[in-house]
Amino acid sequence: MIRYIIRRLLGAVVVVWVVSVVTFLIFQLAPKLSGQSPVYYYIAKQPPPKGSVQFRELEHAFGFDRPLLQQYWRWLTQIFKAHQVSNGSGESSACHLPCLGYSFKLHTQVSSLIWDAIPVSLGLAVGASLLWLVGGLLVGTISGLRPGSIFDRIGMVGTLTAVSVPIFFTGPILLLLVVYKWKWLPDVSYASITDDPVQWLKSMILPWIALAFAFAALYARLTRANMMETMSEDFIRTARAKGLPRRTVVLKHGLRAALTPIITIFGIDLGTLIGSMVITETVFNLKGLGWLSIQAIRGKDLPVIMGVTIIAAIALVVANVVVDVLYAVIDPRVRLS
Amino acid sequence: MSRESEATLETAPIEVYGERAPQSDAFLSVRDLRVHFPTDDGLVKAVDGISFDVHRGKILGIVGESGSGKSVTSQAILGLHKRTRAQVTGQIWFNGRDLVEVSEGDMRGLRGNDIAMIFQDPLSSLHPFYRVGAQISEAYRVHNSVSKAEARRVTVEMLDRVGIPNPSSRYDDYPHQFSGGMRQRAMIAMALVCRPTLLIADEPTTALDVTVQAQILELMKELAGEFNSAIILITHDLGVVAETCADVVVMYGGQCVEKGAVEDLFYRPEMPYAWGLLGSMPRMDRTRQARLTPIPGQPPSLIQVPKGCVFQPRCQFKDRVEGNRCVTEHPELLETAPGHAVRCHIDPAERRQIFTNEILPVL
Repeated sequence: MIRYIIRRLLGAVVVVWVVSVVTFLIFQLAPKLSGQSPVYYYIAKQPPPKGSVQFRELEHAFGFDRPLLQQYWRWLTQIFKAHQVSNGSGESSACHLPCLGYSFKLHTQVSSLIWDAIPVSLGLAVGASLLWLVGGLLVGTISGLRPGSIFDRIGMVGTLTAVSVPIFFTGPILLLLVVYKWKWLPDVSYASITDDPVQWLKSMILPWIALAFAFAALYARLTRANMMETMSEDFIRTARAKGLPRRTVVLKHGLRAALTPIITIFGIDLGTLIGSMVITETVFNLKGLGWLSIQAIRGKDLPVIMGVTIIAAIALVVANVVVDVLYAVIDPRVRLS
Repeated sequence: MSRESEATLETAPIEVYGERAPQSDAFLSVRDLRVHFPTDDGLVKAVDGISFDVHRGKILGIVGESGSGKSVTSQAILGLHKRTRAQVTGQIWFNGRDLVEVSEGDMRGLRGNDIAMIFQDPLSSLHPFYRVGAQISEAYRVHNSVSKAEARRVTVEMLDRVGIPNPSSRYDDYPHQFSGGMRQRAMIAMALVCRPTLLIADEPTTALDVTVQAQILELMKELAGEFNSAIILITHDLGVVAETCADVVVMYGGQCVEKGAVEDLFYRPEMPYAWGLLGSMPRMDRTRQARLTPIPGQPPSLIQVPKGCVFQPRCQFKDRVEGNRCVTEHPELLETAPGHAVRCHIDPAERRQIFTNEILPVL
């Protein structure tokens, strides 16, 4: 098991490195392809005319006059090295560790922008995935045990509806009804969990529901199909032949086996989740990573875009390692092969 | 003096058996058992009126090809058919109770404890995610309120008993770490851990190679003798039947077509299907072409059961019966000798003649 985890972690490090190379290349080369100097996206205003001394000084300061490989190396090492950043027209700042750059648009360190956004996004992601896993598994298990029953029929029509409704529809509808019409939650402004846990919960509950809704429906269908398949397996017959109570047969023998493909899908869905979070955070005005990335893209604020991309990629890789370990915990065959 | 005490020792187990034996001489009596599955295509008559008796300390063989209803019969005895999906009628008398009528809760108490089953494919029948030992302990702990440590002790003992080396360390292995033969031994240990009085083995050796087959069968026979259990052995391997069983039921198309003592079936078979089965046993002492004679045709559909005799579409001898009765009239299962019953329209005397003159020489 330990060896398995170490192998997964080493793999994760490689993936993060590849992500850093790809991110660097895309965001460094894309401006060049469009004929714009990348400097423009760093200093957040029109740079001095090309060929001028100031322009060359700026390019040199950001390292764009060097070969690509050196540029990458410089960018990578600067993350771990405090240094000064300047936009060539008076404004300059020290970049603290981990130095993901400085946003001249927002006049802040990229790392502190991200640092503020992480708890919001993490709370949203964890809460929503718990909600959809519990809801999806519950509905799916009950449906899968009695396919064709009333519960199953209602459940499956319900999930089909939920899958078909996008977040940018459910989100505003939820806000409209719960906050404005029925006034169950009059104040949904965000508060940090450490400052005011109750207000945090109030601000998070609607985003969780909106985000979990579509996913839960998918997982209910997936669980139902897996459960139906698992319950016809030979080892379920063995469990029944032992004289085990039905609850043990279903939960200990059935659900555990039905869970493995769901966990695999969950790992993949975490990537989709990041996309959905951008929408959810925008709809509910939560200042998380998704919201930040939208702001950065609108403002053509390249250091922020790159920072958010790298952090999101790392988060995804870490989450997938956790999922892989979880998978091995559930299925012993994975550990040993 | 010493001779006398030896004699008493020998008879002692028989006395115990006498005390435990039920009033009726059969330990399990199946009467007119029918298992029908309603499907979209029609009613599947998987088992259609089968009756047999099993005695303690004896092995009853149920033979037949795939889809003849062997496994469905055994699962009906264990009450494993979902009551919503299967219509089970008839009687299954076990220890003075009709298993068709008992509640699901009572049946659960019997399953594993009094009636246990060994399944065909041990890899898919063991849960891949749980340790082998834990799966056996689980079977013991449902029916016996003991500590985990005690259940482990009993399990290790049982694993040792079925011939698994290093049982206390193999206890913690997963099924995929066991070889095929070891898995089947583990399945047997699981079935026997509660010392059931009735053991149903559903093709226990099909997935195993021949050398392991013999060991497993020997083990089952030995343990059945030791616990004085009744055994139903379901198989399509007549060699296995000849070696282990006392009585045989031949099933075809969900019906019993012939039953009797194992000698009846091997030396005096009367039903053309039983002849076919014997003929399709490979004979390694013959030339390649003559090694086995297959039965022509396909097993019948269980939805559209053939009119008349269920075997009639494949029977080569139906022209020996007057008036096309094989096709028009369903034959009854009739005793031709004590304990030997046959479902066939051909006259018993003629059947015996056909067997000695036409079948025996080519077997």
